[in-house]
Parts: sequence; C-alpha cells; structure tokens
Amino acid sequence: MPLGDLGQVWVYLSASPLLWLSVTLVAYLLAFTLYHKAGDNPLLNPVAVAVALLITILVATGTPYATYFEGAQFVHFLLGPATVALAVPLYRQLGRLRRLWLPVAVAVVVGVGVAALSAITIAAVLGGSEETMLSLAPKSVTAPVAMGIAEKIGGLPSLTAVLVVATGILGAITGTRLLGWCGVHDDAIRGIAMGVASHGIGTARAFQVSPTMGAFSGLGMALSAFATALLVPWLVRLVGLGG
Amino acid sequence: MLAGITLLLCYQLAGEVLVVALGLPLPGPVLGMLLLLATLVLRASTAATVEAPAEGLLGHLSLLFVPAGVGVMVHGQRLGGEWLPIVVALVVSTLLTLLAVAWTMRAMVRLLRIEEEDSATR
Repeated sequence: MPLGDLGQVWVYLSASPLLWLSVTLVAYLLAFTLYHKAGDNPLLNPVAVAVALLITILVATGTPYATYFEGAQFVHFLLGPATVALAVPLYRQLGRLRRLWLPVAVAVVVGVGVAALSAITIAAVLGGSEETMLSLAPKSVTAPVAMGIAEKIGGLPSLTAVLVVATGILGAITGTRLLGWCGVHDDAIRGIAMGVASHGIGTARAFQVSPTMGAFSGLGMALSAFATALLVPWLVRLVGLGG
Repeated sequence: MLAGITLLLCYQLAGEVLVVALGLPLPGPVLGMLLLLATLVLRASTAATVEAPAEGLLGHLSLLFVPAGVGVMVHGQRLGGEWLPIVVALVVSTLLTLLAVAWTMRAMVRLLRIEEEDSATR
C-alpha cells in the first residue's frame, strides 16, 4: 500500500471513536500482562503503565486529549455501573459487616477527614494555589464522585480526575505492604483502608490479594464516597476555602 | 447477562434520578449501589441475575480509570508549576489515610471486643 493511502486510513480512523477505544484496551491488556508476568508486583501498577503508554502514543501522533476521550469515554462511562455493581461483593460480606459496622463507620469518617484535611494542609504549606487545594480535597474517592464534589466546591473536575487516579495508583502500590509493615494483617481492616484511601484502583489491587480484602475495600470505597460527599464541602468551608 | 447489565444500568439511572429529584448530596451511582444492595437483601434471587456482569466489571475495575488518568497530559502546565505541593500532598496524604483508617478500625475492634477472624483462612 502506498504511503498516501495509509495516511488516508489514519485520517479516517483518527476521526472515529473505534481507534482510541481499541488502543485503550490494548494498552491496558499489555500493562496487565506485564503486571501479571512480574508476579503481580504492585510497582508495575497496570493503570500507571497503561496511562504512560497511551500518553506516549498520543504525544507521538500529535493527538489531543479531547480526540482520545471521544473513544475512551465508553470505558470511562462504565465507572458508573461498576459502582452500582459493588453491591454484589458487599452483599456477600454482609454477615461480617453486621458485626463490624461500628468500627467500619468510625474508621471511614476518620479516614475521609484525614484524606481531605492532610492534602489541603500540605498543599497550603508548600504554596499550592487555592484551585489546586480544592481539586485535591476529594482525591480519595472514585472518579465520578470526586469530580462532582470538586465542581461543587470550586476545584477543577478534570484536574481532580487526574489526582484521583494518581491517589489510587499510590494506594495500590503502597497499601498492602505499608499496612503489613505496621502490623495490620486482618484482611477486613486492610480492605477498608485500601478502599477509603484509594477507591477503585486500591480495590482492584485488594481483589487480587484476597476476595475478602476486595469486598471490604469495595465497602470502604462506597462508604467513603458517601462520607466525602457529605463531609468534604463542609470541611472545606471550615478551613476557610471555596465559596 | 443482558438482564444483569440492564439491571445495573437501571439502578444507576434510578440513583441519578432520585439524587436530582430529591436534591440529595450523594452521587447517583452510589445511591444506585445502595438500592441494589437493599434489593439483594430483600430478594436474594436477584444475585443470580447481576452476578456475572458485576464480576465482569469489577474484575478489571482499574481499566475504567485509565481514560481519566490519561487526562494528566492536559494539566502539564499546572503540574509543572505546582508539582511539589501536589506530589507531596498526594503521597503523604495517601499514606496517612491508609494508616489512620487501619489503626482507627483496629482500635475500635479491640475496644468493642469483636472477635477477630483469622483473615488468613479466607
């Protein structure tokens, strides 16, 4: 095929959502295979590797993010039904949850407060702008929820989405090891901590460690989405930020 | 499978509609999850319908965050100018949150003398 025809194929493909949807899936599968081959090493977090791979491709082809997202939005959309689907693992753990509801509730509220206030304080001390602080405040909850809160309190939803993903990757990489070093070995407790600190990406990692940790992480993620939606706008006003 | 996917989407839709209609401070999908959980408790047979699509979605939950993560390329300028507060806040806050949640929950479990299961057996 002459080069000119190839160029035309590119023009056609780059205007259709099919290309970037497929590339997203292929990049993730490659990243996931790499992660698996490395013995589920948390340092090779599949989200981080897939994001790096995709940005390299987008920059190399001069593709703007908006064009990419036209294809990738179909994957992004599934975050909503996936959040609803968390009811299933929760339902299976209901027996344990009935006994643990009070410790879980208190830990989630403490975690939500620590996540938002520590991020705001550290950013303030190091000279971050108010917009950045407000975008950081809901970073520990799942993307659609965090973006909604950021919009409400005066942050930048698209920046929040990035900070949410970074937080999730950090929690997935460090979580199980950090908690192990600090003497926390109970899967229910580690799961709640992973879910509250690093939402769905932490939960994905937790499911790979054990089904119990995954279910509790899903629970922590769901409850902290509630608690964050209720508490963070109030906390932000309390420390004198936002409108 | 189709019935399960439809059910998940309808619960999300119900959640979104109720949140707007009642002015609730919650995200729609989270309310949808609660409604589905209530349904599962009341009608255990629903589990068979939603199990397969739920497992499919949750099995690769981290894939769903990839498009949002790629958005980092749009924020290059801000990240360049404010990388220090952003990186330190993310790292320290995430580690602090993990520990705060785990230690609080463990302290509460001990305080209330809830029998701890051997987590290694599950």
